[in-house]
Amino acid sequence: MFQRAIEAPMTTHVEFWLNDRRVITDVPDGMLVLDYLRKDRLLTGTKEGCKEGDCGACSILIGEVVEGVMRYQPVTSCLTPVGEMHGKHVVSIEGLNLPGKLNPVQQAMVDRVGSQCGFCTPGFIVSMCWYMMAARETPTLEGFQRAFSGNLCRCTGYAAINRASLDLVENFGPGGQWASIWEADDRLSALMEAGLLPGYFAEMPKRLEAIGEMEEVPRDDADVIDFFVAGGTDLYVQKGELLPRAQVKILNRHPEMKGIRRQGDTLHIGALTTFEEFGASDEVVAFIPQIQDYLHLIASLPLRNRATIAGNIINASPIGDMTAIMLALDTTLVFARGETTREVELKRFYKGYKTFDKHPSEVMTELRLQIPAAGTGVYFEKVSKRRCLDIATVNSAARLRLSDDGVVEEASLTLGGVAATPLWLEKTGAFLTGEVLTDALWREALRIAHTEIAPISDVRGSADYKRLLATQLLTAHVVKAAPERVSLDAMLAI
Amino acid sequence: MTEKHLDAELHTRGTSLYVDDVAPPAGMLHAAIYGSPVAHGRVKALHLDKARKAPGVVAIYTGEDVPGENQIGPVLPDEPLLATDVVEYHGHPMAMVVAESDEDARHALTLIEADIEALEVITCPRVAHEAGHILGTPRTFAMGDTAAAFAECDVVVEGRSDVGGQEHLYLETQRARAVPTEGDRLRVYSSTQSPYAVQKACARILGLPTHRVEVDVIRLGGGFGGKEDQATSWACLAALAAHKTGRPTQLVLHRLDDLRMTGKRHPYSADYKIGLSKDGNIQAFEVKHFQNSGAKTDLSLAVLERTLFHSTNSYFIPNVRAYAASCRTNLPPNTAFRGFGGPQGMFVIESAIAHAAEVMGIDRAEIQKKNLIQEGESFPYGQQAERARAVRTWEEAEEGFEVAAWQKDIDAYNAKNTATKKGLAAMPICFGISFTATFLNQASALMHVYTDGSVSLSTGGVEMGQGLSSKLVGIAARALHISPERIKVETTNTTRIANMSPSAASATTDLNGSATILAADELLGRFRELLARELGVQDAENITFEDERVYYRGELTEWTWEKVVSQAYLSRVALSAHAFFATPNVWFDKQRETGRPFAYHVFGTAWTEVTIDLLRGTYTVDRVRLVHDLGRTINANVDLGQIEGGLAQGIGWMTLEELAFAEDGRLSSFALSTYKVPDGDALPEDIEVRMLEDADNPVGPFGSKAVGEPPLMYGIGTFFALRAALRAAAPDAELHFNAPMTPEKVMLQLHHQRLRTLWETPSTAAPAAAGE
Repeated sequence: MFQRAIEAPMTTHVEFWLNDRRVITDVPDGMLVLDYLRKDRLLTGTKEGCKEGDCGACSILIGEVVEGVMRYQPVTSCLTPVGEMHGKHVVSIEGLNLPGKLNPVQQAMVDRVGSQCGFCTPGFIVSMCWYMMAARETPTLEGFQRAFSGNLCRCTGYAAINRASLDLVENFGPGGQWASIWEADDRLSALMEAGLLPGYFAEMPKRLEAIGEMEEVPRDDADVIDFFVAGGTDLYVQKGELLPRAQVKILNRHPEMKGIRRQGDTLHIGALTTFEEFGASDEVVAFIPQIQDYLHLIASLPLRNRATIAGNIINASPIGDMTAIMLALDTTLVFARGETTREVELKRFYKGYKTFDKHPSEVMTELRLQIPAAGTGVYFEKVSKRRCLDIATVNSAARLRLSDDGVVEEASLTLGGVAATPLWLEKTGAFLTGEVLTDALWREALRIAHTEIAPISDVRGSADYKRLLATQLLTAHVVKAAPERVSLDAMLAI
Repeated sequence: MTEKHLDAELHTRGTSLYVDDVAPPAGMLHAAIYGSPVAHGRVKALHLDKARKAPGVVAIYTGEDVPGENQIGPVLPDEPLLATDVVEYHGHPMAMVVAESDEDARHALTLIEADIEALEVITCPRVAHEAGHILGTPRTFAMGDTAAAFAECDVVVEGRSDVGGQEHLYLETQRARAVPTEGDRLRVYSSTQSPYAVQKACARILGLPTHRVEVDVIRLGGGFGGKEDQATSWACLAALAAHKTGRPTQLVLHRLDDLRMTGKRHPYSADYKIGLSKDGNIQAFEVKHFQNSGAKTDLSLAVLERTLFHSTNSYFIPNVRAYAASCRTNLPPNTAFRGFGGPQGMFVIESAIAHAAEVMGIDRAEIQKKNLIQEGESFPYGQQAERARAVRTWEEAEEGFEVAAWQKDIDAYNAKNTATKKGLAAMPICFGISFTATFLNQASALMHVYTDGSVSLSTGGVEMGQGLSSKLVGIAARALHISPERIKVETTNTTRIANMSPSAASATTDLNGSATILAADELLGRFRELLARELGVQDAENITFEDERVYYRGELTEWTWEKVVSQAYLSRVALSAHAFFATPNVWFDKQRETGRPFAYHVFGTAWTEVTIDLLRGTYTVDRVRLVHDLGRTINANVDLGQIEGGLAQGIGWMTLEELAFAEDGRLSSFALSTYKVPDGDALPEDIEVRMLEDADNPVGPFGSKAVGEPPLMYGIGTFFALRAALRAAAPDAELHFNAPMTPEKVMLQLHHQRLRTLWETPSTAAPAAAGE
């Protein structure tokens, strides 16, 4: 497949703005923005640290007009294809530089020596500038930390970067010299006035509008496509070296597959909806109020801006974090192939390790789920070696509802990392449902759960460790859901 | 100005240049390396034909194509540039593809196949030791009579301590670019801490005299020891390709290749025996260190030596016997990493003390404090503690951070909380400064003053983020009495500075800064003579400089820096100076294992607090407070960055950073998705660093002390804080001295008892009866 594609990789004319320059290019669709910046444009401020989204040294901003307003998002350029940049504003570190002086973020990092070897620094500056552009409220240290949570620094230990962030909190926060920025209607203009963004940003909305729709040649996808690329956050990690020379279909050129809408008690989630979009949806927040805290444990902001829910499910990793949550929510998947569509329950979707009920030419278009009844809690637990931006050793989600007198009315429990597929604990849930929750019942439920799992030892942990984690994480859900019925002390004493 | 990191402005704008950021010369080729797919085997055949025909491929080279000596071993000649008959670790470089693009080169790699007859793979240093796979000769440092002392001890405990390796994870992977110049010469741009090592090795493999190879280093995107010796092979490979093809060639390792092909911090396994009197005085200590050296000698023998030097950390122990062996295994050759074997040595004595404290039922800190080395007491290698500040830093930390009250708070917290437990631990450090290979303690500086008064400074030191350039500018400005803005530190280049020592051993500022002061003194000496003539006075020694002005007998003259420089030029006085510095009074006798290897020691004490979540087995490092001995700082901000950054790496080494090797010798934590270094969330926000005040160092430039390595060892305190928290949760649990203390180890040690009770006992309660 790949050998054929190498002869003539698919190219289309992609037009976008790169910093303050208009670009029309016909490099292959699957080429990484990182490589394009460094090799084709000699914009070397963007660094390659890992080429798998795990270090943030290649962070850039991508801007587009959303409902008439420019919106920027940080992404890792090592996982982002050029083919998707049509009509966008691509901002590398060079595009944030002001002529002849440092912007306040850069100045704070210089003043506080937040940079040593410097290789990670442009990525940090991009993340921190983005936070100033996008923060909903006045900046906080924690806000900065979450903004650069996908950026690794090996030199400073982050202490100096925290101090630089605190300088910015002071200068831009209440009582600071630039506090007014947070009241401004147009944040970007205010930041331009404060010398944080170069003036050309003001031109971007109309510049982008002037770029027309992209013309795509219709073709029979099934015959010519080597790879379907959605967020690319896993595909580029696994197949990154093949993609620039392969025929790729950029799914994100199909915005109709994005977005979340509610119809009655059903939530329709476009397959290309990103993790961040999911977490930002008011509909989702209504039944998972803790969603932002859960997301903080999943990937990093730049990755969550790219990673799609459908991609997480199709990737079929036994430890997909979003998959665990969608499983607990009893999600149905909708597939399209030509004109025909088909529905599959997520809990019946996986057949074995990385195998599932899908024809190669089917494309997932939508996910559907019933909005949980009032009083239902949705819980997510994850243990990984590092708390943030790490792959789970074991993860678990739960949808739990108890009556006032402690009867389990609903128990949808999932575990990841303890079998060849993401697991929905059918027997355990069935056992619990209709029973009065007590310490003893829960112990028995755990016993049943252990009959449903089969962890193996690997680099993320030994089988024993995973069994222990399965016990603990499931317990964490019920202790949160009903602390008066299942006591943590009793569970720790088992 | 001198308190800044001078590169930071460029860094924040993304305009600082690393090897491959410089615009590529026309026609530049790209190299990629084929590494062994097995950890140990005899090479039967290497099939290159398919790869040779792949698009864009210009050439493929193997060990046979090396025109000079196929050998880059820096200490022992046991390391071919490209393996030929035998491969000895997974990823061992066997062939190099050179192609028109990086993509072409990497694509061709997938077409190479090797027939290799598998041989036995050893990954454990104890197994290697048993089998006699030992590099160099095992060493023993001894003082007093341990056997006699143990007989007199009230308490003797023995145990085993294991500590893992550590990936450097410099954000910039290994890379080099080689450009042919006229007449069989090469200019090599390398990301190396050791330009001279690269120069020598390139010349060796190409069969050229050293002067044909010029090595130039702008800066490194992090080194941490990982580019002290192990940048060499990649530079040699680029040089080989450039030499053979006649075209510029660049080799940039992809992260996954860098992870699997390069060596790391040495893992160690050790047996210890410690004896104390019942009041907590340590009387005797024996230790056997088994270093996991990997497949090649590299710098392992020097690392091993430093393990011995630091086997008693900050303590005075009258009877010591420390044995250490470099054990050859089938892992990539392990190498220098910040601390250079010292941290591994310290981990064992700290384990032994913790063990003894638990057996004796006394506070670990009590034993630590009681045994701190004092002025005039001897280390086991004969050197006496001079300006010993172990006790001072301990006491200042204990009082300044109100440790007694702190510990009380933690005990109260633990009494009240059942779901989480806290632990607090002290970590004193004592680290010797100087290369232990005495001859390396030399450096040169070349200073040019241009007629506009601007100054160019070259030294053999490499800027790798540690702020060397910023410190050198500070030193030169102070030595010349001029504004730092006038001074530019040049790239590190072997044609300007010959035979330089690597930027390592924390000594780069000491050595190159001292040479810089000598160069400045020489220039000012010439200026004094000139000015004496101009002023018509005899006593040139009474001419002084301050703030770019000249004073005679304390009186301001009309002479400014610029005027002096201009007059010197017109008077044909040399405006360039080359100076040489050799650290005085350091020596070591390897036959007797005794001497004075270090110019001085750095001392400090840290306290670390952690909290463990007993349900999930996860933890947070909550705060670290430390008192550190810096001498008189040259650049407080840069030094603070080194302390905090070193601490962060130490914490990472003790907690998250787990190198996992499969039994077949393959690295299973082979990507950033499986090898986790600390992110902002994983480190404490609450870090307090206090510099020891009134702490001069007559041996360091302007009274300063080296800073690079010692702070890393504060991180060891995190392990013992986690152990203290585990003890609070499970007083009777069997705990191991086995770092890193990953969440997995916390969980398994916490819940060891219940490991199987949940899923291996048959169910007794019927579901119907469970609802009571």
